[in-house]
Amino acid sequence: MKRVASLVVAVLVLGTLLYAQNPLTVTGAGASFPYPIYSKWFDEFHAKNANVQFNYQSVGSGAGIKQVTEGTVDFGASDMPMTDELIKAFQDKRGTGILHFPAVLGAAVPTYNIPGVTATLNFTPEALVGIYLGKITKWNDAAIASANKGVTLPANDIVVVHRSDGSGTTFIWTDYLSKVSSEWKNKGGSINWPVGLGGKGSEGVTGLIKSTPNSIGYVELIYAVQNNVPFGAVKNAAGTFVKADLASVSAAAAAAAKDMPADFRVSITNAAGAKAYPISSFTWLLIPQKWQDAGKREAVKKFLYWMLADGQKDTEALSYAKLPKEVADKEKKAVDSIQ
Amino acid sequence: MKGAGPSVGSRSLLSRLATGDEFARLVTLIFAASVVLITVMVVWQLWTNSVLPRHKFGLRFLISDVWDPLADQFGALPFMYGTLVTSAVALLLAVPLGIGAAIFLAELAPPRISDTLQFFIDLLAAVPSVIYGLLGFLVVVPLMRTVIFPVLNKSLGFLPLFKGPSYGVGFLTAGIVLAMMVIPYIISVSREVLLSVPRDQREAALALGSTRWESTWKVVVPFARTGIMGSIFLALARALGETMAVTMVIGNTPKVVASLFSPGYSIAAVIANEFTEATGDLYVQSLFELGLVLFLMTFILNGLARLLIIVTTQRGSGVGNA
Repeated sequence: MKRVASLVVAVLVLGTLLYAQNPLTVTGAGASFPYPIYSKWFDEFHAKNANVQFNYQSVGSGAGIKQVTEGTVDFGASDMPMTDELIKAFQDKRGTGILHFPAVLGAAVPTYNIPGVTATLNFTPEALVGIYLGKITKWNDAAIASANKGVTLPANDIVVVHRSDGSGTTFIWTDYLSKVSSEWKNKGGSINWPVGLGGKGSEGVTGLIKSTPNSIGYVELIYAVQNNVPFGAVKNAAGTFVKADLASVSAAAAAAAKDMPADFRVSITNAAGAKAYPISSFTWLLIPQKWQDAGKREAVKKFLYWMLADGQKDTEALSYAKLPKEVADKEKKAVDSIQ
Repeated sequence: MKGAGPSVGSRSLLSRLATGDEFARLVTLIFAASVVLITVMVVWQLWTNSVLPRHKFGLRFLISDVWDPLADQFGALPFMYGTLVTSAVALLLAVPLGIGAAIFLAELAPPRISDTLQFFIDLLAAVPSVIYGLLGFLVVVPLMRTVIFPVLNKSLGFLPLFKGPSYGVGFLTAGIVLAMMVIPYIISVSREVLLSVPRDQREAALALGSTRWESTWKVVVPFARTGIMGSIFLALARALGETMAVTMVIGNTPKVVASLFSPGYSIAAVIANEFTEATGDLYVQSLFELGLVLFLMTFILNGLARLLIIVTTQRGSGVGNA
């Protein structure tokens, strides 16, 4: 028996030693919307730096914030900036601050299914808010029709569709609605939908819209592009109707770059600029300010520098809009402050 | 086992283990105890993680139909309602179909056909719920809007249950998809139970001059009643807790309305949907409390089910004696 026991111990010790020889693993968790680009970045970074491995779980922004606050992962990721309340909770729990680093940009687009209408519809902010508040109930309402001269809209009831699962797309969408209307209220990822059906995931929303005549919903730009979902244009703050694409989303970020706050917690919905698409947003990496483990700290800093420079070249192939140069430069300075 | 004598007690634990019996007893005991342990742990976690809403809302949590994360107001009623209604619809559809099929397979079908069909039923029982959800989404939802709703609304539209409009998704759609999911369970278990009814029961009934159907319906089925009930409760448990398939077709709107065509929500679906992005302790803990409510609902329904079995089996034997 003793011999067996000592053998087991030996194997365990040896195993631990061997495991320690493996690359340093930095763990993260959070937003699912940027997951494709994050996993590409982490793969590429690992290929260049064999001694560092990033392990990212796309569990959702809320769960990511929770996990990094609890300290169960090294860093978090979120489609919405942390509120002051959440930052204070992090400070209390971990004894240090948390930094926001914009990683890429995303956008939400309105998609619809109206039998007989093939033209790209124009939506004013008033029309979108009215529809989602349940105040505009017919497609031929003046608020919609006035922006779409020459399109014959039916007098049918509008079927409103939204995401039922929490998502960054919903956050961008509702953040925009709350910005263009004092009547629309939301708080972080929490929404109390006045009207509408809930579809599970982008595919659920798209499926519901495809199968329900006279419906409207929203999906993220990447999903719409990759799945050939037709979507409408939205009137921006400058009064131009803009259809979302990588350039118009980046333009929204560039417009916001001038007054970028030091902590990067900024909403760029309804951004100024004639070319800016108004329902755009950053997605953030959440990095603790002080690290106990010097090895992990250096790995994360090295990754952030790389992501802000070479990493940005990968974004457009995956349909993410890249960061404006001004923002990336400003972020590089913030990386220096990680201790 | 203390009374087994000093000779046993004095033997070292190791030598007792070496004989195998004691070892097997210990190991299986640990396995059995783990079931209790897991149940206790689940309840404990749900309980300790739902302190805030329990203190803030108390029993109001169960009767409020407001679910408003903005105003920090949380009520479980629409979700409890949705869970119960979809499960009830599922059982209403699945029980007659399932038991009917089981009777055919066990009593009337030639053994070769019965075995072949059983293979397919086992296959259906193993299909993941997301597949049923997709099927519901792609087939049942359009069918609901274009066929089932117009027909039911025209013929039975005067009842609040069948009032419009229909978006295709809703309680009835979720119930139908759940029924498809639980029918294999009911058939499979009921068939086994019916097959295990002793041969002499059938022969006795036939000898007394009953027809094949009379012996099946009046002797074999009542004999197997407890087991058939068991299959129904298994199906109910599955329907109550089903998440993926339900959330894909129920419309995810927390409402308490009589119409079966209306979109609704279920407990399991809202937890899955909102947990990942829930911010704020009260919000997260309210979702935990919903989990607790679902656990209690399952517990109570299971208890009622057992009571029903006890009552009906007693009545059953009474009828048999008379």
